[in-house]
Amino acid sequence: MKAAPFDYVRVDHLDAALTLLEAHGGDAKLIAGGQSLVPMMAMRLARPALLVDIHRLTDLQGVARYTDGVSTGAGVRQSQMENHGDVIEGLPLVKQALRWVGHQQTRNRGTVGGSLVYADPSAELPLAAMVLDAQIHIQSLAEKRVVSAADFFLGPMFTAVGDAECLTRIDWPVWSGGRVGTAFEETAIRQGDFAMASAACQIQLNAEGQILRLSLGAGGVSGTPLVFGSLTDSMIGKALTSDMAKDLAQAAARLCDPGSDMHAGAAYRTHLVGVLLERVLIQSAQQASLNAL
Amino acid sequence: MTTQHDIGIRVNGVLQHRRVEPRTTLVDFLRDELGLTGTHVGCEHGVCGACTVMLDDQPVRSCCMFAVQADELSVTTVEGLAPERGQLSKIQDAFCEKHALQCGYCTPGMLIACQALINRHPHPTEAQVREAISSNLCRCTGYQQIVDAVMHATSPQGQTHG
Repeated sequence: MKAAPFDYVRVDHLDAALTLLEAHGGDAKLIAGGQSLVPMMAMRLARPALLVDIHRLTDLQGVARYTDGVSTGAGVRQSQMENHGDVIEGLPLVKQALRWVGHQQTRNRGTVGGSLVYADPSAELPLAAMVLDAQIHIQSLAEKRVVSAADFFLGPMFTAVGDAECLTRIDWPVWSGGRVGTAFEETAIRQGDFAMASAACQIQLNAEGQILRLSLGAGGVSGTPLVFGSLTDSMIGKALTSDMAKDLAQAAARLCDPGSDMHAGAAYRTHLVGVLLERVLIQSAQQASLNAL
Repeated sequence: MTTQHDIGIRVNGVLQHRRVEPRTTLVDFLRDELGLTGTHVGCEHGVCGACTVMLDDQPVRSCCMFAVQADELSVTTVEGLAPERGQLSKIQDAFCEKHALQCGYCTPGMLIACQALINRHPHPTEAQVREAISSNLCRCTGYQQIVDAVMHATSPQGQTHG
């Protein structure tokens, strides 16, 4: 359980990191918190020849409120984000999701960008990014680009970030206007373990209780986190009843494609995600009706 | 062959300079380079919590970071909890008092996790204690005595003993 030998460079400027990535191709890996990478290196699932330590890059730090959202640097620690006033106020779904990310001891090291870029199919922040349609900033020496969450997650542990690129910032949209409710639920063998299934929902109601906006997603039940826009779009303008929540959750569960492992089979996970989806729909709608401004 | 790095880490208040290979984990650095064997090595991939230390006052897994990453930072290990050599800290004393250990393997990580909690919340609730040690595995106590020890150390009665 020891990592294979590698070289290590700590950089003070983003350009220095990008230059090293460019020069080493896929043999170099960035490290910020290391809470995904170091265990993978210990188990020799990853054997980078060079680690480029970016944890001191100020370009990757900071949490800032902008007109329609909250922008977080990729290098912001998960525990920092969890306790940041702008996140608690504007991104309650992210706050709820972060509670499930590993443990406090790993959140103290693990970064927001690291969680997204490692893209474990059962990870919580990728699911929150999908539900909120986060905009993800990626940079190489040659270009800067912005990718929406839907185009970012390509498969298990596989994202739009190329070998010579660095995820730099994440813009998380904030829903304004009141009557917004959020809920995040997951089931794992033990607290902090990988989720067998997870579900997240954000909903906005009008004064009559009709749905203005609805985003519903599930994690751990496909190669990437899923959102169910084709199902939720048809709910706009309706008032959510418990029967509708059940039907919607079941329809969404049928779109999932979970795998099987020693803890749970595919059929069980499909059942589980249906239950969790129904729960987050009901909880978020109840919360939204109480959150009138 | 990889390049060696000269690093300086403040451990329990003392600045320690060593030359290390990049792949040396922080826990191996503490144990093998500094001889501070109080911090235990368990699973070596971030699951068990036995290797928990404080990095700049925050509890972290010392098996899930390399010593080079801690360069210029400060670390507190279980050896740094007691006020003086030969003494026990309040939380260590409470662990004895409440039988919060049996084999002792998880104890250094538990003590660090509990002390980090107490530093933030001098009078934690039982729920906060359970949350704080939720990432530390213990196979002997069933956890209840550990929770009892923290409550004892942070309650007014416990403090008169302490």
